[in-house]
Amino acid sequence: MSSSTSTRTEHQAAVSPTEAHDLAHAFHERAPERKLLRFATAGSVDDGKSTLVGRLLHDSKSVLSDQLDAVERTSTARGLDTPDLSLLVDGLRAEREQGITIDVAYRYFATQLRTFILADTPGHVQYTRNTITGASTADLVVILVDARTGVVDQTRRHAAVAALLGVPHLLLAINKIDLVDFDEAVFDRIAAEFDEYSRELGIGEVTAIPISALHGDNVVTRSERIDWYSGPSILEHLETVELTDDAAEGPVRFPVQLVIRPRSDAFPDYRGYAGRVAAGTVRVGETVTVLPSGRTSSISGIDTPDGPVDEARAGESVTLLLADDVDLSRGDLIVGGQGDLPEPVTEFTATVAQLADRPLRSGQRALLRYGTREVRVIVASLDHLIDIDTLASLPAPSTLSLNDLAQVTLRTVDAVPVEPFRPRGAVGALLLVDPADGTSLAAGMVGNRRESLHASEVRRPAALQKDGRPA
Amino acid sequence: MSFWTGPRGGSAGGTGLATRKSENLRALESEAIHILREVAGQFERPVILFSGGKDSILVLHLALKAFYPAPLPFSLLHVDTGHNFPEVLEYRDRVVAHSGLRITVAKVQDWIDDGRLTERPDGTRNPLQTVPLVDTIAEQRHDAVIGGARRDEERSRAKERIFSLRDGFGGWDPRRQRPELWNLYNGRHAPGEHVRVFPLSNWTELDVWNYIEAEGIELPAIYYAHRREVFDRGGMWLTAGEWGGPKAGETLQTRTVRYRTVGDMSCTGAVDSDAAEIAAVIEEIIATRITERGATRADDKVSESAMEDRKREGYF
Repeated sequence: MSSSTSTRTEHQAAVSPTEAHDLAHAFHERAPERKLLRFATAGSVDDGKSTLVGRLLHDSKSVLSDQLDAVERTSTARGLDTPDLSLLVDGLRAEREQGITIDVAYRYFATQLRTFILADTPGHVQYTRNTITGASTADLVVILVDARTGVVDQTRRHAAVAALLGVPHLLLAINKIDLVDFDEAVFDRIAAEFDEYSRELGIGEVTAIPISALHGDNVVTRSERIDWYSGPSILEHLETVELTDDAAEGPVRFPVQLVIRPRSDAFPDYRGYAGRVAAGTVRVGETVTVLPSGRTSSISGIDTPDGPVDEARAGESVTLLLADDVDLSRGDLIVGGQGDLPEPVTEFTATVAQLADRPLRSGQRALLRYGTREVRVIVASLDHLIDIDTLASLPAPSTLSLNDLAQVTLRTVDAVPVEPFRPRGAVGALLLVDPADGTSLAAGMVGNRRESLHASEVRRPAALQKDGRPA
Repeated sequence: MSFWTGPRGGSAGGTGLATRKSENLRALESEAIHILREVAGQFERPVILFSGGKDSILVLHLALKAFYPAPLPFSLLHVDTGHNFPEVLEYRDRVVAHSGLRITVAKVQDWIDDGRLTERPDGTRNPLQTVPLVDTIAEQRHDAVIGGARRDEERSRAKERIFSLRDGFGGWDPRRQRPELWNLYNGRHAPGEHVRVFPLSNWTELDVWNYIEAEGIELPAIYYAHRREVFDRGGMWLTAGEWGGPKAGETLQTRTVRYRTVGDMSCTGAVDSDAAEIAAVIEEIIATRITERGATRADDKVSESAMEDRKREGYF
């Protein structure tokens, strides 16, 4: 009979009812403190990235049997002996036909310790914009290299993108370690080479792990075949890497999305400012300034989806109530703290990545999206191109082409309270939009990113005991 | 349990397993609310697709929260295939009346009656929904259409943006997708085009159920185990009805089942289940080895690219 018959009968067959019950309870008990890690994968075309993602999903039991059945059917139809796990992740007809990943896909899985959102990005150089897209929200980027070839151009490119975007953690997965006879010296040489490069880029933290994605060594479970390595597997590292909440630190940034004014009998005078805290922690009683007008007031209340609270942290969608009646609308920025306020300016520099096929040129008019603000902008000048391998400055071209990185100067019609890019919470992130049809032309970060990067080191993770604790 | 009406208005009691929202659920809720508020900020005529299914119920719930205490700035749209579960239509009408919302119901039958659509030989109406959907969006000049689709449902949906540009025919071109960075959502579009918005993109089936439990959201009864007359077609338990089943050779039997998804009766299958209340449903989802759509949607099995092909034609 058809495979769909087995679908029905297997519906509950994976574990016994008692086991399911215990599993559900264990899972739920952990739920309140289970944190979310967003990560992205990057790697050159033949480094086995799809295999790694497929292996990670498969071995962490995140692939369900009907998905696996579909992969097996397609693999068999193509005459393959073993299921091609990359079919799990290549979702578009064109991707399956060509056997390559074209566009970013997002995948979801959870373990007892964490919930994961994986941005699975293409490796081809012509899809660099998609790597940037995936990395823009990532807490960690996994960069895959082939142990036989080591660090290649794409490795440097992806590391440079991660550095530019300020991704706090990098994981260097040295794959196909079985094909170099599990040689520790090969691992150390590649890790050292990457170390040197990442220092130049000023990458925050790098962890190197030897793996075989095809055979599953050190992907989910630690491999006994790599006895000289005593650190965590990739999944263990993803589960335990320290997540800092830097977005919640520092002064408050709150781009106003909407004014909530019910004008109803129950709420005749209610006037709230809806938005999502981009950075900092906002508290009732705090003095705030509204930009660009510069008027000050204080927070008289914070409403959340679950009722009023005393404070709200970065990432939370809330509605702020102010003590004074100030003129405030969508696009304004509420900032906390007394010290350095972002100063509204009409001219500033930004590092941009060209997203669209149509070129960007000096003198071009566009719309600038900054937080919830939308304002007309002119590309005053293309200052210099950024070498995507080294982040070095190159002479400015006459136009920017797809996937180019460049520093530009932007001039806006109205003053915008921009400030240098801070990756967590995406303060300082911008979008240039074509007003004619809405095409996203370029994405960018305010300020000179190259100068703001600082040095760091690559490290082999600390040896772990069997229970996963540091030795 | 009652339909949610405002902060602290719902019962957050739960049934034992989860009595409060996890950090993860609160993050997903904040993200969805941010997205819904961006829709209100960027568009003139947004509409929520509301079928009475759990995902659209969740979208409506989050939207009511996003603008509370102001009224919902969106109307609702339901494409009624004519083969909907009566329990779901009753739920839909009750929620709409209770919340004082405006809803447009586009009936596939009307399109068949006036000749704009032709009934398929197999009687399945799910694929026919696309035309009434796209026609109604054009007639009512909606510039944003909010849906409950999730990226974990299906692999072409995993490629979907949160703000997804559609052409003048409602079609999705995966190669024309705009990169979406940080949380800067770009709703600008050319005249005639519109944007589909998916606030639940980053939710999984389990997240949806955990949130429904934590918030005490009422669902149509068919999501919970009940006795029902069903018959086997193509390996799925379909419910008997005027839509064209059972046919000769297909035998009715009474089983204890529930639904994981709700759609057109001709292609939405039930699963055997004793899960009569939400904690049991959640346990069942944690234990299952079959995806939501794999277990209950016949139309996704038509070909390897069934969903992608329908989305290209304008399906949500």
